[in-house]
This record gives sequence, C-alpha cells and structure tokens, in this order.
Amino acid sequence: MTKMTIRLTVNAEPKVWEIAPGDLLLDVLRREGYLGVKRGCEKGECGACTVLVDGTPINSCLMFAAQADGREVLTIEGVAQGDKLDPLQEAFLDHGAVQCGYCTPGMILNAKALLARNPNPSETEVREMLSGNYCRCTGHLKPVEAVLAAAKTMRKAAPRRTR
Amino acid sequence: MTTNVVGKNLRKVDGVKLVTGRPAFTDDIHLPGMLYGKIMPSPHAHARIVRIDATKARALAGVHAVLTYKDVPRVPHTTAGQAWPEPSPYDTYLLDNKVRFVGDRVAAVAAETRAIAEKALKLIDVEYDVLPAVLDMEQAMVDGAPVIHDEPDSTKIHDKEHNIAGYILREIGNVEEGFRECDVVIEREFRTGRQQHCPIEPHITIAWLDPDGRLVIRTSTQVPYHSRRQCAMILQLPVSRIHVVKPRIGGGFGGKQEMLLEDITGALALATRRPVKIEFTREEEFYMARSRHPQILRMKMGAKSDGTIVASQMVVLATTGAYGSHSTTVQGNTGSKVLPLYRAEHMRFQCHVVYTNAPVAGAFRGYGCPQGFFAQESVVDELAHELKMDPLEFRRRNSIRLGDIDKLSAQLGEGREGLPRVIRSCGLYDCIDRGSAAIDWDKKRKARPRPGHLKRGVGVSFTMQGSGIAGIDWASAFLKMNEDGSFFMQAGASDVGAGADTVLSQIAAETLGVTLDKIVITTGDTDTTPFDVGAYASSTTIISGGAARKAAEKVRQQVFEVAARMLDTTPDNLTCGGNKVSTVCECAKSVTMTEIAMQAMYKEKLQIMDGASHFNTDSPPPFCVTFAEVEVDTQTGQVHVLHLVSAVDPGTAINPMQAEGQVEGAVAQGLGYALTEELLLDELGRPRNASFMDYKMFTAKDMPKLTTILAETHEPLGPYGAKSISEVPINGPAPAIANAIFHAVGVRIRKVPIRPEDILRALRS
Repeated sequence: MTKMTIRLTVNAEPKVWEIAPGDLLLDVLRREGYLGVKRGCEKGECGACTVLVDGTPINSCLMFAAQADGREVLTIEGVAQGDKLDPLQEAFLDHGAVQCGYCTPGMILNAKALLARNPNPSETEVREMLSGNYCRCTGHLKPVEAVLAAAKTMRKAAPRRTR
Repeated sequence: MTTNVVGKNLRKVDGVKLVTGRPAFTDDIHLPGMLYGKIMPSPHAHARIVRIDATKARALAGVHAVLTYKDVPRVPHTTAGQAWPEPSPYDTYLLDNKVRFVGDRVAAVAAETRAIAEKALKLIDVEYDVLPAVLDMEQAMVDGAPVIHDEPDSTKIHDKEHNIAGYILREIGNVEEGFRECDVVIEREFRTGRQQHCPIEPHITIAWLDPDGRLVIRTSTQVPYHSRRQCAMILQLPVSRIHVVKPRIGGGFGGKQEMLLEDITGALALATRRPVKIEFTREEEFYMARSRHPQILRMKMGAKSDGTIVASQMVVLATTGAYGSHSTTVQGNTGSKVLPLYRAEHMRFQCHVVYTNAPVAGAFRGYGCPQGFFAQESVVDELAHELKMDPLEFRRRNSIRLGDIDKLSAQLGEGREGLPRVIRSCGLYDCIDRGSAAIDWDKKRKARPRPGHLKRGVGVSFTMQGSGIAGIDWASAFLKMNEDGSFFMQAGASDVGAGADTVLSQIAAETLGVTLDKIVITTGDTDTTPFDVGAYASSTTIISGGAARKAAEKVRQQVFEVAARMLDTTPDNLTCGGNKVSTVCECAKSVTMTEIAMQAMYKEKLQIMDGASHFNTDSPPPFCVTFAEVEVDTQTGQVHVLHLVSAVDPGTAINPMQAEGQVEGAVAQGLGYALTEELLLDELGRPRNASFMDYKMFTAKDMPKLTTILAETHEPLGPYGAKSISEVPINGPAPAIANAIFHAVGVRIRKVPIRPEDILRALRS
C-alpha cells in the first residue's frame, strides 16, 4: 500500500506521521492516541468526531488525514492547560451538561470555535451551533446553558477591548 | 432530614475524564494483534441457508476466522439481558441456517483490518432459499402466514404455528359489567411506530483471552452480569472463565440491555486466539440492533356522568420483529404500568405479541409505557371532552393516590405473577399545581381561537413508571476504608451515562459522613465488583442505591466501633459528618476519618470493610405530568411545540441537576417519538432511513422551551427517599402533544409519530 508522510501540529505539538493517502483524519487521530475523538456515524452527521483544524470545526470522519498536512489540529486533549480545565469544560461540569460524555468532546470543540469568533453569542446562535452535535442523553438544554455560562465567564476574564 | 451530600448539585464523579476526552470508552484501548470482526447481515427478510461456503473468504490474506452456523454450538437463548430465568423466549442462535429479518446474522469474520473483513464478507458464497416473509403484524397470526420460528429447539414461544411469541390476559373486577354501569364509553384504536435508541456510541465489543486463558469481554453493555451468564451458556464456558468489563458507555436507553455483540465477538476471539473488536456502524445500529415495539392498541374506557372512571380495557397487538426479546415483559408493562394510573374498579388487559420478519424490538426507555400512555391519555382526554369536564380536573379526580393498592401489578409481573403495588409516596397533585402554573393552563385552555392559519392549543398527560422490578431486581455493593479516610466502593451497577456512579457515591458519602471526594467508585466489572442485575427498569437509584446505603451503614458501624475505642465511648454515642466522627454528647469530642483509618489499619490490624445486597418487593412509581403548548399550521399540518412542561415526582432527587438532565433527555426522545422518529421498512423488510440524515431526532435548535419541575416526595422504600426518574418523562410528550393538537384544531391524531400529513388529512376530512 502507498504510504505518505504528513507534518502537522496537534495540540501545539509538531507531528510527523506516516499514513496512507486514503486514511481518514478520524482514524489517524485515534490510531495516534487522540482517543477523545469519537466515532459516531462516519458520515459527517453526528459531530462526535469534531476537531478544530486551523480553528475551524470539522468532522474528522469526512476529512482525509492528508488534508491536515501543514495545518494545526486541536482535539479535546489539547483544550485544558495541564490540569487547568477550560472555562467550557468547567461549565459543562457545573451545569450537568455531560451525561454519557460521548458527544461532549465534539460539543466543547465546536463551542470553543464559536466563542473564539463570537464571545457573546445569543442562545439561538448557541443552539444553531450545537445542532451539529447530536446528543441522545441531555436533551441539549444543559449544554446550551453551559456554553452561555462559559461565554460569560470568558468575557469577564478577558481584558476589555478598546476601539 | 438535613443532608450534606444527598440532594446537592454535585459534579459527576466521572466528569473530568469525560470533558477532557481521556480514554474511558470500550474502543479507547489498543491491544496488540487486535483483529476486526464483521457480521454478514442477511439481505433477505426470511430465507433458509441452503448452502454456505466460506472457502474463498478463509483463503483471503489477513483473514483469521470465518464462522458460519456449522462452526458454532447451537444453543437456543434470548439476547434480552434479563435476570435468570429470562421470561423472553429462547428463540435465538449464535448463528443459524435460517435468517428471519434483513440484518440477521449469516456469518462472522475476523481479519487484520476492517477493509479485509469487509472484503471477506463478499467472498462468502451463500445460496438462499428465499421464503415468503410477513412484515405486517396484523397478517402474522393469520392461518397460512409464513411460520418464522419453525425450528424445533426454540422454547417458551406461546404459539409457534401462528407466530405468537407471547400472550397476556389479565382482569381485575369484571369490565363487561363495568362498561354497562357507565354513562359514557369511548373506544379508539392507536398505532405506534418503530423508534430506535440511537446511542451516539454504537454497540461495540472487544474480546480477548487473558494470560490465564480466560475470555475477557470489554463491552458497551447495561448488563455485565447477565452478559457473562449468557455468553457462558452460548459459548459453553464456565461462568468463571469469562470476565465482562463495562467501561464508560456512550448511552444505552435499553438498547444495550441486549447481548448483541458479546457472544459473536467472544466466539471469534476463541476461534482466533487473538483480540477481536466488532463495532456496529451507524447504519447497522439502526437495523441490526433493537428498536421500540410497534403496537396497535384498542383502548376502551368508560365513566359515569359525575366524572368517575369505572372501567378500562386495553387490547394490544404488538410485534417483536424476528426474535422475542423482551416481548411479553415490554407488552406486560403496557398494561400493568399504565391502566392502574386511574382508579377504575374494572380493568382488563389483553395482548398478543407476534413475530414478523422485521428488525427486532427490545427494551427501550419507557419499556411499553410510551405506547400504552399514548392510547390511554388520548382516550381519557376524549372522555373528559365528552363529559364537558376540564381534562386536567377529570384526571386529578380519577388518578391513583397515596395509600392506594394497584392490584393489576399483582397479576402482571415480569412475565409471571407480580406483587401488588402500594402507593407510599405520590407527588401527582404537586406536579399538577406547579406544572399547570408553568404552562398557564387555565388561561390558555379558555383562550379564544386565534385568527388565521396558526392555531394554538394546550394539552396534558399523566404518566407513571416503576422503580426496579419488584421481587426480581437486586444489587450489591462493597466498601473498604483507606488510610486517608477515603472509601473504595465496588458496585455491580452499570453507569451508562445517566450518572449512577455519582448517585451511588453521594448515597455512600452521605451515609458515612464524608465529602464526595472521599468515595472512589468502581462499577460494572464482573471480576472486581459484586452482582447487580444492571441498568434497566429504573432500578439503579433505588435498588443499587439501596445496596450502597446498606453497605455504607455496615461500614459506618465498624468505623464507629474503632472510633468508640479511640474516644473512650460507645458506638451508639457517635455520629459522623464532615469527614470525622464525633460524640453526640456535649463534650463533642471527635476523631477524623483519617485517624480512625490509621488506628484500624496499623494499631488494630483491621481492614474496615463490608458489603450488602438489596432488593425490594415493591416497585414505587415515579409520577409525571406533562403539559404541551403547540401551534398548528392548518395550511401545512406542521406542528410546533412552543412550550413543554414536565413535572416529575422522583421521590428525593439525589442529585437534582442530574435528575433534571434525565427529564430533559427523556423529553427530547419523547418529542422525537411523538413527531419525527420512525425507522421505516420497504416492502421487502429493508430499512429505508438507517442514517441520522433520514431519521430525524430533535437537536439543540429543534428543542422547544422546556420547563422541568422536580416535585419531590419521600419514598419509604428508597435510599434517602429516592424512587426513579430516567424513564417516566419519556411517556408524556406524545399524548400531551396529541391532546394539545385537538385543543388547537379539533382533530384527534391516533398514531405516532404525528406527521404533518396526518394532521392535514384529518383537517380535510
């Protein structure tokens, strides 16, 4: 089988991986130990395999690993700073937004991308964003609450921008 | 009673590893030499395998094993993970020479890669004798219909020749006499659809032989102990040679109460002596796993003109698909958990459960109740309308209450006679009062119709469930103390995401007077944790929690005995709290848990430890009142749920935040059941919408405004007064929405899911 080498950054660490051209990013990430990337449908429908590529949420089951060459990938494993959880992770715990936890990594990454481009989203915007992450346990309400609460926390923590 | 840990919104004990994505699920391990298993699904709804030749598949490089019915023991069993002896028919085989639905197992392979496994399946040469299939449940019992289970060795089937898996008939009083006493009698027919569980983690099992040659099965199960027992029987191994491990599970909802992959993955591991993994794809999960039993219900109810319900009768035809998993028990619940909600003197429940060549139905959150309550709550609404009474007041007047004895449950237990239910706690009135205020019932019921094509209405439903199976479900827990004053707890219970590990830890922490971080819990491992029937029937909080409390009480007694020696007093003079033990007298002397542990371990040479088992002879019902406000577009038939209120009596909520999460999740599934979710089959029994794109669940943007109300009571049979919560709220949305649609536009829709075309057609006729 043809092999190829890709160079990419995963969670701020440079990586050189040997892959097959047809390998999916989902499979390669899991093979390399990023097991927080979950397999839910392999058709880009459920969002469980969401990772951020150059800050944009993508379904890693729909992307070839080869396409990640030269790019920055963020998985759930890279969201906390050491033992210090991200405000989104804290909010998910405090608001009971985690039940089985299988869809949680995808939700948190998707939310992280949203808050990076819009620190003050409306509830509608959060719902719209989370509708890409299928969740069968929570009924979606507590995750929405958690994202809104985290946004508030992050706005308070961030230095005020002046125009 | 004041509590420090119970009743608090504490974070999930397993939460941090889940939000940080640490490897915690079945698939999150790498085993050297692991093979990929794949099951060959039947392309036919009903066929006999005339010839099967795996020579070419076996010859393919990278293939390590191909199993057909010729290669495995033939042991009739049920996949239903129920307590022994299972009430479900023994009508299933590891592999068989006959296939009974599209998706049934034909063969299984294990290969170096998934691609090779998939290729190998295509090389298996199968000659089928395609048999006539029956997909319509009303045709299944007819003389001359194809007989689905004609094999001689299946057992516990009610009537093989007529495809009847199970039959139930129970009566309290005399319904015929009862209906004669009534001033108004309503009888209607209802049809319910095939809903699929859709756990975001599909079924997955990894099996291997450990260094001692024991078969380890790491699996997404709700029932580790039942799976171990079933696999031992099917694979013909002693129970002691099997070790079932339940890691974190990505949702179950009843679908993982089925042993679907454990047996075949184990067989492949035994055949190859290598680790083997099988994981359903999403498509396979839809039609090769399980679904909710579709039913046709005839509900008849009669009342006197003063508004007293006198008699109720439910006649059900249900299909279990090709195998009888949970067939009589799910359907038994349709009667026993539903009819007794109203205090009719006369009740009758009759049910046929038939085989069809359709995907197999099984346990699914609600377990027969969503179907039954859809019928009953619709008919109750019609009765109230006929009697010109407010439907809420009519229900309140007739509903079961504190001190009542539900006699139907005594007749109708888990596939056999049951035990009577005594209502020792009932928060129905509180649910009514707080729920009706939240939806603004009185005002909205009397509101004038809006002009234009968007019509609004409000509807209500009452539902109940159980908390464990009376006299059958039991659990155990074991605790031991560590040097730092913490406690290890081993419990057989299976947290499948609903938060059982947290609830059990809170119960133990409360009992031992320690903070939640002092409990380290291990659950769901047949080698290291004691027995538990598993996560089903809303049993974990009340039954496993009861075991946790008992074990903690026994351990607390040992703690007190050591502390008494340290404080020069007697154990009955002691109390615990805040991670220490104190005297209750005014002297208020105390020792910390750490000091007690060190004293016990290094001075007294004593391991403080004990375990306990627990079961109940009754199944206290949690209650739920659901209100829905809808807007119906009379031009398109589209229904929008504007507001849904779910008011639930769970007894004590051990962790209210988690309890609310259970309600919200159940409501989301209940909304899907009511309006959008249905696995459809074509005329050959093939699935038509086996993907998330074509099978519509409620997502974040689809969810209506939802108000969750916990109307707590204190249940004497539950630990700290707890009953259960995870199932009961799923029953309410469908009938509440159907009743709200009637209020809005005056049509009764008697099927779920309620689709826009159903409303449009009803409006036209």
